[in-house]
This record gives sequence, structure tokens and C-alpha cells, in this order.
Amino acid sequence: MARLNPWRWVVFGLAALYFLVPLGASVIFSVDVNDRITFGAYSQIVSTGGFVSSLVLALELAAATIVLVLLLMVPAMVALRLGAPRLRPVVEVVCSLPLVVPPIAFVAGISTVLKWGPDYLSRTPFFETIVAIQNPDFPFVLVLAYVVMALPFVYRALDAGLRAIDVPTLVEAARSCGANQTQALLRAVLPNLRGALLNASFLTLALVLGEYTVAHLLGFQPFAVWIVDVSGSQAQMSVAVSVLSLLVTWALLLALAALGGRSASSRTVSRGKTTS
Amino acid sequence: MTSTLPRVDTASAAAPQRRRRAPGWLAVVPLLVVTVIAFGIPALAMLNGAFTVKDQATGATSYTTANLTDSLQGAYLTALLGSVKLSALSAALATVLGLFLAQAVVTSRFRALRDAVLTASGVLANFGGVPLAFAFVATLGNSGVLTQHLGLKDAGWDLYSFWGLTLVYLYFLIPLMVLTITPALEGLRAQWREAAQNNGATHAQYWRHVALPVLTPSLLGGFVLLFGSAFAAYATAAAMVGSSVPLVTLQIADAISGNVLVGQENVALALSLDMVLVAGLVMAVYLPLQRRSARWLA
Repeated sequence: MARLNPWRWVVFGLAALYFLVPLGASVIFSVDVNDRITFGAYSQIVSTGGFVSSLVLALELAAATIVLVLLLMVPAMVALRLGAPRLRPVVEVVCSLPLVVPPIAFVAGISTVLKWGPDYLSRTPFFETIVAIQNPDFPFVLVLAYVVMALPFVYRALDAGLRAIDVPTLVEAARSCGANQTQALLRAVLPNLRGALLNASFLTLALVLGEYTVAHLLGFQPFAVWIVDVSGSQAQMSVAVSVLSLLVTWALLLALAALGGRSASSRTVSRGKTTS
Repeated sequence: MTSTLPRVDTASAAAPQRRRRAPGWLAVVPLLVVTVIAFGIPALAMLNGAFTVKDQATGATSYTTANLTDSLQGAYLTALLGSVKLSALSAALATVLGLFLAQAVVTSRFRALRDAVLTASGVLANFGGVPLAFAFVATLGNSGVLTQHLGLKDAGWDLYSFWGLTLVYLYFLIPLMVLTITPALEGLRAQWREAAQNNGATHAQYWRHVALPVLTPSLLGGFVLLFGSAFAAYATAAAMVGSSVPLVTLQIADAISGNVLVGQENVALALSLDMVLVAGLVMAVYLPLQRRSARWLA
């Protein structure tokens, strides 16, 4: 029988200590100037050069990645249930492959490809494509990389959502009621996937906002890269920004937990892999 | 790229015309095309680069295994081993500590506490990267809050070291383990414990002969998953220690940024290939184990 067990409280106590102290210390560090409490570090953030532009860039990248990955994945996943079950293993493998390639190895490959531009392709139309996707105002190459990195999570989120509904029956039923195929998909299937779509979008959002490796090594400066860049000169502010970004991520994920129910376990598995 | 996107729409728009059998595979095509472009080409480029050298004088390239050999020697080997050591140690610690925490959660009578720990684990397992590094720098770094208040520096504490990094990695690895192992712990039937007790087994004997053998696939699977996470981690280490701890990810990053000898760029690709092989091995171990634990605990 599970009774009041002293060792359990030891375990919980130690865990609470280990997980809460760094958070508390960060907050203290960011507000404590010579033993006086001041929120200067937080108010400075907004006025520091690059804050707004890097945040906007990160949000734009996140929005583009979410739109693209959902446009690619939702029709494919629905089609797997409706008309192409034989492609299922193919899609599953394709969506799992990014797990085998660590982000740093992936970006090593990307930067090799990008170097082909000046080296081999300078007289072909590909060269202009390669230049265009590296436009610092909106580096589309990052969107492509993030789409690939998001595939495993989006796959799992959508798969869980689709598993909960019977797509063929749903489409059949909608069509019996006079809907055509498009209406059936848009008005019967998609609304039932709302939770899964939100889930997938939030995961992708968290991934893109926290992503450092690829953006840093390709030389772009979205939010996570900007934090590191300013930290050299202003340690206190960088901790303040970290605290803020943590709070935002928490809010997002808690909202996700509230909206999507208890499916937290499956998606987290590789997040550590991608950002840490 | 852009030319493939509209096909998503044509796929669903074309469907009503062919009343019953929509050409389902058409909707999968854009996904495959984009993956081949965004993932396949860089992967092939990495593979190709790992096996080529460029002659500095003539500019000619030739195929060789020299890069791979180089990547397994000297400083590169040190970094690779450093990564393996760090990942293995922190994954092993997190496996044990995560098991304790998860067991405390699973057997807790307080539903609210349980939910709180599981939700927090979901959040903290996602809390990698740069913010994590800075949180620990603020706590235990050179001028960190705890370092100063407890005088840890005189006691020889150094966050920017192997052990410091291990401590930081545990911060996202333990929650990851809690999430991974909780379903398995929930799958342990109360009857098994009761049967063991009825046969006169002690608590320790129950764990040694019943619970742990059943949990072993899940524990091993969790371990390799954690190992993979720690092995691939870059942002935390880069933001925290720079290059004072030799890690393969930091070496690759140096090489990509051009901080290496001329002619060594492709060694970074060979190192990447080494990493992929290790990660592939991890997955090859993880997936069958996951399947096996599912069989036991279904």
C-alpha cells in the first residue's frame, strides 16, 4: 500500500530544490544590483538594439514554418488514412529520419550545400535561388531546416489526433449528407483535428523560438542567437531575457497542456535533442 | 519549393472530380519533394563531403577515407570521446534519478501533485538550450547567486567544466526520463507485487526479481534516448562553456565557422557522419526496446 512514505518526500524535496533553485536564482540575479532590487535589466531589454528585429524575425520564421509544415503534413496524413495506406511506412520513415541526424550535423550539410552556390553554380539559375533563400531579412533556408526538424513532432501530434477519429467513416458520413470531398475534409475532418493542429503548431513554435544551433551557424540572428550575442556585454540582461523567454515558453506549453489534454509525453521526447 | 506548394490544393480540389477514389498519393508528393530538397540534399552533401578531399594546389577533388580517419584521431577523437563520456554519464544519472522521481510520482496519492510534476516535466524537458545555460550561469557561474552566497568558488566549484555541464544536462534529462518511464511504471500491476508478497518476498526482492526485469527494456530505451539528447546538445554547451570542455558538437561548430586549419573543413563533415552513426545506433537500440516494453506492459 502507498502510505505516507518518508523517502518519497525526500525525493520530492530534492527534486524541488534542484529544479526551482536555478529559476529563483536567475530571477534574483536579474533584479539584484548591489543588493538593491531593480527591474532595470527588464526595462533595458526593449530599448537594446536588435531586440525588436530579432524577435520579429523569430516570430516570422515560426509563422512561416508552421504554415509550411502543416500544409505539407495535414494533406499527406489525411491521405494516408483515406486512399494511400501503402505509403504509410514511407512517410513514417521520412518523418523519423531527422531524429537520427543531430541538428549540428544537419547544419554542417546545409552549409556545404550553400557553399556550392559560389563554387559550382554561379552561372546557373540555382545560384540565384541559393542567394535568395539566404536573404538576411527573411532567411527561407531556416524555414526549410525548421520544417525538417519539426517533422517528427508534427507527425506524432497529427498521428495521435487522427488516431482518435475515424477519418474514412467521417468522410463517408459527410458525403452521405451531401458534402463533396473538399467540404468533407474542410468542415468535418479538420475541425475534429483542431487539438492536434494546435498541438503541432505550438510544438513548432516552441522549437523555432528556441532554436539556436542552425540559425547561429548559418549566420542569422533570430531571438535565441541575439540573446547569446548580447550576453557577452550585458550578463544581467541576458539572464533577464532568458527568464522572460522561459516564462513565455511555459505559458505556451501550459496552454497546450490545457487545450490538448494529457498528450505531453510523446512530443517532448526529442525537444531536448533539437534545442539543447 | 514554391512550385510544390500549390499541389496541396490541387490534390484536394481534384478529389471531387473522381468521385470515390481520390488519388491519395498525390497529397503525399509535396511532403516527399520538400524533404528530399531540404533534408536529402544536405544529408548527401555531408556524406559526399566526408569522403572527399580537395587538393589545395590543383583544386581537384578525390575520394578518400582520410577525413574519417582524421576524425577519429587527436583532438577530434578527444572531443568525440568527451561527448560520449558526458552523454553516457549524464544519461545514466538521469535514468536512475528519473526512475526515483517517477516512482515517487506514480505511487503518490495526491493526484494534483502527480499532475503538477508531470506537467512540469513536460515543460522542463523542453527547457534546453540558451536560457537553460544562462539560468545556471546566474546560479552557479563565477558571479552566480549561489556561488557568491555559499562561497563555492573557494571550495573549488567550477560550472564551466565537465561536472558543471553534467549538472546542467540533468536539468532537462531527468524530466525527459520521468516522461519516458512513467507509462512503464504505471504498467506494473499491483497483483505482481501482491503475488510476490504472498510468496514471502521482501520489498527489495520484489524489485530485483519482478519489477526491474519488467522495466529493463523501458529503462534501457530511456537511457539511449537520453544519451542521444545529450549527445546532440549544442546550444547549452556553446552558450555556457565555449570550448573549455571538448565536445564533438563544439568541434563541428568551430569547423563550420571556419576556425580550423585550411583543408580540414571536410573533417567536420566526417565528424558529423560519426555523430549520425552514433545517433543511428542509438535509434537502432531504442526502437526495438520500445517495442519490447510495449509488449510487456500493454
